[in-house]
Amino acid sequence: MELQSIVAKLHPLERAVLPALTSAKEVAAIAKAVHLQDVEVMRALQWLENKGILTLTTQGQKIMDLGRNGIKYQREGLPEKHFLAALSEEFKGLNIIIKKSKLSREEVNACIGVLKKKAAIEVQQGEMLQIKITPLGMKHREERSMEEEFLQQTFPLPLKEAEARYHAVVEELLRRKDFLTVEEHKTITAALTELGKKVVTMDTSSEVINRLTGAQLRSGSWKEKTFRAYDVESNVPRTYGGRKHFVTQATEYAKQVWLEMGFKEMAGPMVGTSFWCFDALFVPQDHPAREMQDTFFLGGELEKGELPEKKLVQKIKEVHEHGKGAESSGWQYSWNEEEARRNVLRTHTTLLSAQTLATLKEDNLPAKFFALGKNFRNEALDWKHLSEFNQTEGIVVDKDISFRHLLGYLKQFFRKMGFPKARFRPAYFPYTEPSIEIDVFHPLKKEWVELGGAGIFRPEVVVPLLGKDIPVLAWGPGFDRIILDYYSITDIRQLYQNDLQQLREMKLWLK
Amino acid sequence: MPTITLNKRVFEELVGKKLPLEQLKDRISMLGTDLEKIEGNEIVVEIFPNRPDMLSESGFARAFSSFIGVKTGLRQYEVKDSGQKVIIEPSVKDVRPYTACAIVKNMNLDDEKIQEIIQIQEKLHLTYGRNRKKAAIGIYPLDKISFPISYRAEVSEQIRFWPLDSTEVMTASKILTEHKAGKEYGHLLTGQKKYPLFRDALGEILSMPPVINSHFIGRVTPETQAVFIECSGFDFRVLSICLNIIVTALADQGGKILSVALEYGKNTEVTPQLHPMKMKLDLAYINARLGLKLSEKEAAALLARMGYGYEHGTVLVPAYRADILHQVDLMEDLAIAYGYENFEEEIPQVSTIGEEDNLEKFCRKVREALMGLGLLEVKNYHLLMEEQLNQNMNCSRPLISLKNAVGEHNHLRNALLPGLLKNLAENQHHQYPQNLFEVGKIFQRGKTDTGVKEITSLAMVLCHEKTDFTEMRQLLDALMVSLGLKAVIKESQHPSFIEGRLGTILVNGTEIGVMGEIHPAVLVNWELTVPVVALEIDLEKISAS
Repeated sequence: MELQSIVAKLHPLERAVLPALTSAKEVAAIAKAVHLQDVEVMRALQWLENKGILTLTTQGQKIMDLGRNGIKYQREGLPEKHFLAALSEEFKGLNIIIKKSKLSREEVNACIGVLKKKAAIEVQQGEMLQIKITPLGMKHREERSMEEEFLQQTFPLPLKEAEARYHAVVEELLRRKDFLTVEEHKTITAALTELGKKVVTMDTSSEVINRLTGAQLRSGSWKEKTFRAYDVESNVPRTYGGRKHFVTQATEYAKQVWLEMGFKEMAGPMVGTSFWCFDALFVPQDHPAREMQDTFFLGGELEKGELPEKKLVQKIKEVHEHGKGAESSGWQYSWNEEEARRNVLRTHTTLLSAQTLATLKEDNLPAKFFALGKNFRNEALDWKHLSEFNQTEGIVVDKDISFRHLLGYLKQFFRKMGFPKARFRPAYFPYTEPSIEIDVFHPLKKEWVELGGAGIFRPEVVVPLLGKDIPVLAWGPGFDRIILDYYSITDIRQLYQNDLQQLREMKLWLK
Repeated sequence: MPTITLNKRVFEELVGKKLPLEQLKDRISMLGTDLEKIEGNEIVVEIFPNRPDMLSESGFARAFSSFIGVKTGLRQYEVKDSGQKVIIEPSVKDVRPYTACAIVKNMNLDDEKIQEIIQIQEKLHLTYGRNRKKAAIGIYPLDKISFPISYRAEVSEQIRFWPLDSTEVMTASKILTEHKAGKEYGHLLTGQKKYPLFRDALGEILSMPPVINSHFIGRVTPETQAVFIECSGFDFRVLSICLNIIVTALADQGGKILSVALEYGKNTEVTPQLHPMKMKLDLAYINARLGLKLSEKEAAALLARMGYGYEHGTVLVPAYRADILHQVDLMEDLAIAYGYENFEEEIPQVSTIGEEDNLEKFCRKVREALMGLGLLEVKNYHLLMEEQLNQNMNCSRPLISLKNAVGEHNHLRNALLPGLLKNLAENQHHQYPQNLFEVGKIFQRGKTDTGVKEITSLAMVLCHEKTDFTEMRQLLDALMVSLGLKAVIKESQHPSFIEGRLGTILVNGTEIGVMGEIHPAVLVNWELTVPVVALEIDLEKISAS
């Protein structure tokens, strides 16, 4: 049964190769016998070896072949013969010899070396070399040399075969330029195992269907044949489909959660004036967050932008200076319009909440908004810090809502994000009162993780923008930490490293 | 944010109660401060910027003691008249116009207490004082001073004295250029012809604010029994509160506070002013905001736990509180006393309809279509280097740069393609084909309130040995079919692409982008050795059609 199953699974290449294996053979010989390419034979042999049908033995062999000059001399005769022919028993100048022998300067040099060693020539130094042939040289000129005999063989040739007779010649010719090469060749020989010997006795030639074709279906010829069985348990090469970046997947999920809870999406610019990023949110102009080391400011001609309508600017100025309209004392300083015009890369999505509040009318209430987007902080990249981070922003505007509802929304959101336990601690932000810090309990690490801030907007924020002191719940926890945690990423740079292997192989956001 | 270091033993003495460790940790973090660590006898706590009054051992202990119910209610501080005065001369008006001063006796100092005084001063300088710009504090041994003191500005070239932490008499300009404190804070006097000074009745210099005290009068030692304290700056209210924070902290350690008369020309102010500020409390408003039903009595008890007094609808706010601008600030303290952990969470019946942003929705659809076509999404930073955006792309387009980036990426990207080529360059060891896309914002100059126009862009790259224009064109057509659109290609020019193998993409007659085979010179710039075909289009131009 096992034997039959082995035979059934044989690939057409294997089937083609097997009959040629009755005796141990080398790959090239098999290829010749079965009319296949070497690589095809090799693939089949490896499969067969994996199945225990044969064993492959690799043997190294040094093969000798003629180089560029070797081929030339095999055809035209050795240069030293031509050189000797150009000599006489009188000294002759080198230039005359060169001209007569029609050899290159390089060849001539080689010839002089070789022939001096054989005492076939005599050389006289002078302004120009003078050379004459010796009696021994005359003998060489007539006789067939060992080199010439060596060259008559058919190349390539195993080094071993030539060694015995031509050892000295080979050594000599290897020194000459482009004459002779020796390379290590590997020969692979296949020999059947006991199992293999049984397999070849079976009928492996019967035609099987490897790939079902349309023609077979139309003709019905498949009916007389059997299908080659696959080795379905073996691994296959990987393939990758298109997919979304994992940060996109996570943010789309979080958006979905807010949408389900009835929130409307806010979208807006990443570059904003300090007015919207800070002043409208009652952040005093000397607040440390507005300093150069924390916030990216735009440079050059774009350093400053335009403020919104005068009436709103006036309201913001007044609320900062003495709290006018909001029953507040304000920050009690002189508010500077130029400072508010400075363009920044938004430091929080709360900028969008401020802009949204400014467009709301009382008729639009109650209203709930969310945003999920990038913010910036002036930081150089390292494993813990990025200059860009995602925030999940939300506001709820309704006259009847309270602090308890704020906690309710946040708890619900984080439950959906996979953190069933959340706790809230007092915190401080210039634009919310009360302010809270959100911690979630990490179910696996068994510890509290800080995720970010929330609160109720101060009347000093709401009154100038909305015209009335209506409670506005607001939150803006960071979102990256949740993503890092879900994918067990410890180096934050990996979020936007775009290592394709990682992007192709990491699991989907399965929440 | 600033942290303070507390001696646990001293702290517990000041609080008047010793809590088990776990409870101590929990209470500290629920008071509105962040516990950094407790190690042995050392407690390190982070103080939020709204509570500079907690930046000292005694200030923090005072708040904590009330919070856990040991010593609640408004603290009363007795202030006696010292009979001494400080004359503020008109010359300081344009330099550093205000000061608020006090005397504290009965100091009983030891080295540890001196460290504590230095800590208060340092932390207040750093936070509430905005690095001495808004408020600078000086503390001096009283017995070295002859009253009245004058606060005046003098021509800088003529100022000479022996500053603290130096071995010699120095001129003002030398202090600013060579002394450690001068180098750090001298910039606060830049551009002034005259520098402010405190001089006593004998003409001895106490200090040159906001930079440095003098060596003779400016050093407090364990022998010091009484101190003179001044805060100088630009806003009398701020200085008053700063002074109050210091004197109440010293009084909590046993000091006796004495007031000083400040002669501002014809007007005389007396500081410290420790009488509480009064603020009306609208309990209905507070209850509605917090979702509670507190009675007046319950509210008063909670306020007492945060150090407030309460009389007939009015809250008495301690004079050291810097953060009470509106009754919502009282509300927060009330909520903290109530305990955030005791609020019952609730989802309200606010009926609204969820709605995704149209452009965001369109982007989501585009991503899905491209995913179906087998492309992999990447996400890059919005900030890149000029070289990556221009030189590497064979371009020289005007860019939007940042003024103060600490990292090397200090230009807003004006296209997505450079980022994608960077991705390809960094992934050459991975399997091909590498067919990528990105959807994101790019930045150009435009008519907006900031002068910057943000465009939602789509870029695609195909990278493998056999890729070509046709392959990208097929994908573009497939995408357009999915979106119900038809794209037409028009021959054009672009330095990033091979001439004759690029085109402008038009939809309904509007140019929406460009596609083509990336120029080999650009590939070489990115050190890429595999051909790339690319496309970039403005999604906003087709999202509405």
